[in-house]
Amino acid sequence: MSYSSEGRSKDRGKDDRGKCALSLAINGNPQTVRVFPMERLLDVLRNELGLTGTKEGCGEGECGSCSVLMDGKLVNSCLVPALQAASANLTTIEGIAEGSQLNAMQAAFLECGGAQCGICTPGMILSASHLLSKKTDPTLDDIREALAGNLCRCTGYMQIFEAVVQAARRRTGV
Amino acid sequence: MRSDPADYELIAPGTLQAVVALLADEPGKWVPIAGGTDLMVLYAAGKLPARKLVSIWNLAGLRGIEVSPDEITIGAGCTYTELREHDVIAREFPLLASAARWTGGIANQNRGTLGGNIVNASPAADSLPALLAYEAELILVSVRGERRVPYVGFHTGYKKMRLAPDELIRAICLRRGFSGHLHYSRKVGARNAQAISKVCVAALGRLGGGATGGVIEDVRIALGSVAPVPLRLTEVERIVSGKSVDEELVQLATKAVAAAIQPIDDIRSTARYRAAVAGNLVAEFLEQLGDSGKPA
Repeated sequence: MSYSSEGRSKDRGKDDRGKCALSLAINGNPQTVRVFPMERLLDVLRNELGLTGTKEGCGEGECGSCSVLMDGKLVNSCLVPALQAASANLTTIEGIAEGSQLNAMQAAFLECGGAQCGICTPGMILSASHLLSKKTDPTLDDIREALAGNLCRCTGYMQIFEAVVQAARRRTGV
Repeated sequence: MRSDPADYELIAPGTLQAVVALLADEPGKWVPIAGGTDLMVLYAAGKLPARKLVSIWNLAGLRGIEVSPDEITIGAGCTYTELREHDVIAREFPLLASAARWTGGIANQNRGTLGGNIVNASPAADSLPALLAYEAELILVSVRGERRVPYVGFHTGYKKMRLAPDELIRAICLRRGFSGHLHYSRKVGARNAQAISKVCVAALGRLGGGATGGVIEDVRIALGSVAPVPLRLTEVERIVSGKSVDEELVQLATKAVAAAIQPIDDIRSTARYRAAVAGNLVAEFLEQLGDSGKPA
């Protein structure tokens, strides 16, 4: 997979002043993009790299729609200045599937009806994946806490929690 | 209106030494940014006045939690996640561990730092009453060297603090020895995650043994969101110290709480509600403390 930054290349020149070269690995692919150091990581992903799976909801760290994993840790990409992601390993929703197959978490969201409009879904899946990376056998309370920073306004939380329970069960073979 | 990233400078010198040198060269010109959970919100809203930022995220000199026999030293750059997952903090400083658990959601806990919570200086910050209750001390660093100051009195007014323009908080020190105390913390807000507290409390104390059996000793009560700064209720502590818990004492204490706080009406709550809740929480703490001396 490769990501193009051609969309912005015509802006190079005087608009490039103040930008820096940012090298990082996204879903396992090393990338270098020219960005303003204070550009939000969310905007780098969506506008520079065309990775529009990461959504913007509130833009102030309240809703979790822009969640990504930075060096394995869940972060709100709207609150990360690009420079702080230098040399990081990022995982976005585009890197969650196993090749062309949905992974266990994605499949569980689909089966349990855990996604409706889909805006919160990438963040929910990343938060839930982060939880399972730390706790293989989470309780319902663990799941509720792990997803407390992800707001959903249409699906309803019960199907989402059920999906995470199901994915966790499958992973532990219960 | 949203900020234009082209208008901002952000640099990452990479070492604590280089950061304090920069702060000394141009005092007040550079704003340190750690996990960005406060500053990036202002930035996104076009309300960040500073144009020059220096990243202190992940600086080795600000990280790590050192445990010595007498105290623990928490790097100012430690995140809430690191606080809540630390064995000694969870066991011996539960007021701080619970505050870390109640701040933001997991993503913000992975980025927000204890030093940042202090410098952001919100009177509603959940971790600050815990620092008051444990009588935390701060290690401040600049090119001029380090100084160690008590956290109490560090915040002098709304968003005002005793930190020189060339200084950073390097670490927060907590003295150990509270395993025999009752620890009491509560956050009252719309919900634990994300919501900012309407009132939060951190308190600890113990009942004396021996000849003074059953009387309150070494009591500390601190409240957030009821004054321009996080507040230690020293007058309430004085009133209850050396006394046994009974209904009369709880009433006296509740009255003293009302006299000590200056709550306001704002988007999250009202002064009246905050005053009522603050009194009730202190009463609940004292009742629990009294009950802790009764045979189970």
